[in-house]
Amino acid sequence: MRVMGSETEYGIHAPSAPGANATMMSARVIQAYAQLTRQRAAGGAETRWDYTDEEPLHDARGWTLERNQADPSQLTDQPPVLDAEAVALAYGREELEQDGEDEAGSLLMNMVLGNGARLYVDHAHPEYSSPEVTNPVDAVAWDAAGDMVALSAVRRMAADPQLPPVNLYKNNTDNKSVSYGSHENYLMPRAVPFGDIVRGLTPFFVTRQIMCGAGRVGLGQDSSRPGYQISQRADFFEAEVGLETTIRRPIINTRDEPHATADKYRRLHVIIGDANLSQVANYLKFGTTAMVLSLIEAGLAPRVEVHEPVAALQAVSHDTSLSATLRLLDGRRVTALDLQWMYHEAAAKLAQDTGVGDAVDGDGHTHALLERWAATLTDLDSDRTAASSSVEWLAKLSLLEGYRQRDGLEWNDARLGLVDLQWADVRPEKGLYYRMLARNRMERIVDDETIARAVTEPPSDTRAYFRGRCVSSFSKDVVGASWDSVIFDVPGRGRLQRVPTREPLRGTEALTGGLFARHQDAGSFLAELLGQTPPPPPA
Amino acid sequence: MAGQEQQQPQSREDEFDDDAPATPPASGDAQASAATQGVDDLLDEIDGVLESNAEEFVRAFVQKGGQ
Repeated sequence: MRVMGSETEYGIHAPSAPGANATMMSARVIQAYAQLTRQRAAGGAETRWDYTDEEPLHDARGWTLERNQADPSQLTDQPPVLDAEAVALAYGREELEQDGEDEAGSLLMNMVLGNGARLYVDHAHPEYSSPEVTNPVDAVAWDAAGDMVALSAVRRMAADPQLPPVNLYKNNTDNKSVSYGSHENYLMPRAVPFGDIVRGLTPFFVTRQIMCGAGRVGLGQDSSRPGYQISQRADFFEAEVGLETTIRRPIINTRDEPHATADKYRRLHVIIGDANLSQVANYLKFGTTAMVLSLIEAGLAPRVEVHEPVAALQAVSHDTSLSATLRLLDGRRVTALDLQWMYHEAAAKLAQDTGVGDAVDGDGHTHALLERWAATLTDLDSDRTAASSSVEWLAKLSLLEGYRQRDGLEWNDARLGLVDLQWADVRPEKGLYYRMLARNRMERIVDDETIARAVTEPPSDTRAYFRGRCVSSFSKDVVGASWDSVIFDVPGRGRLQRVPTREPLRGTEALTGGLFARHQDAGSFLAELLGQTPPPPPA
Repeated sequence: MAGQEQQQPQSREDEFDDDAPATPPASGDAQASAATQGVDDLLDEIDGVLESNAEEFVRAFVQKGGQ
């Protein structure tokens, strides 16, 4: 359908060490996973991140933000160095002393995994960025693989008597004014005017939360008002369009860091989504957004403009009855469901006209997606019980309502806050989403075997295959990688060899699988790849 | 609009339900009680895995920074 990927920041908490430094704990999470993969790779080293092509200050509207004008959190093109000074600057000398300075500086902050993903410390959270995939089913699988990576790290740390146990949560807020994101990325042709993207996506993003919101106890950034809302993220958005991701968060983010041939592609960076555990919600989040981008590319997005989109976004999130109406600039008043149906109708028509939505001869995804999208909207309108096995905010709400009815709890009761938090615990024995999944109360898109395979195997149909296989096959000789590069340090070669991977749809198994099969060592692999020796005759 | 079109199957179902013989109330009660039982079981299970001190646990969950 389209090249896409997910980024998940996990909430991090060590209940037995309340003063622990969050950056240090996050680095220990990465370290724990590195120890596990080193065991698997039989003595291989970790592959680090290559920062050469990071461009966080390039704005899609056509300019570059001056470095000295940027918030320090925007400078994601420099390797974070966890030295004592950095930690003290960010979080105060006091915290550092609690944690011990000796460990700082020796911890790994960034690694590339054999499945093509990136695992790293982002500010004060561990973050997993999935490999590039081409469809929403794979997006669900490789995003869920990140949850398994997080779980493995948590287990490893729990087994170390030297460390306080650390919990990780796939949610988006601490309910005390801090939010951390789960981002999506979509590859688009550079030729699409950015203004069209803003116009086409804004009404969709204001309302898609009714299908893929993760649900949240508390209203307002600091949860100062009691209640329940649809989205974890909505209350943290303050602007319509902008470059920032940590302050003045915009509905449409303009970071222009293509990680691909820049004059051909843009990577649309989406920061407005909730982190989803519900597979159906995640599937719809990626799938419907990809289809709306196709509408925008074809110039066929519904011509609607929402009055004051930031306020509308929050009004939709606070309206669990789904009955509130939004004002459009042309004077109409519509519900969030009405707006989603407009997008569905346009997407269905485009899919029919182009043939990609055909059940038999289509692209293999669009037909199922349109059906699921329609079924979800219909259920949200008329059968909430049916919707609550797939729509995450409704599933969580049904659990919370069970508690409210049985125990007579008010929305500001701490136990409801705990249910909300623990819903997202990555441990299946503790995470309430996983308890619901085990009871068949949540629908699946992919099974556990598929997710387990995605933890170690890269997708076969993007450049992530090349990256992941390089990391797992030649771990000792691959010293760095990024979305658009793999860097080899091969004995006998005088200098590092950087292999660019700027085309997201090259480096697939079909193109490079034979190369990996023919070579056991990085030297001969690289020689054939770079055309320095003729390939062996076909067997 | 597509929204209305999509709702048609639902209304046909309603008509069909009107034609169907009235469901004996006892069966309805049995279903409701089975559903309540299911929720009670789930809540009992979740009671068993919830962290012990809700107030303190929720208060101590403080995050720093974030995108």
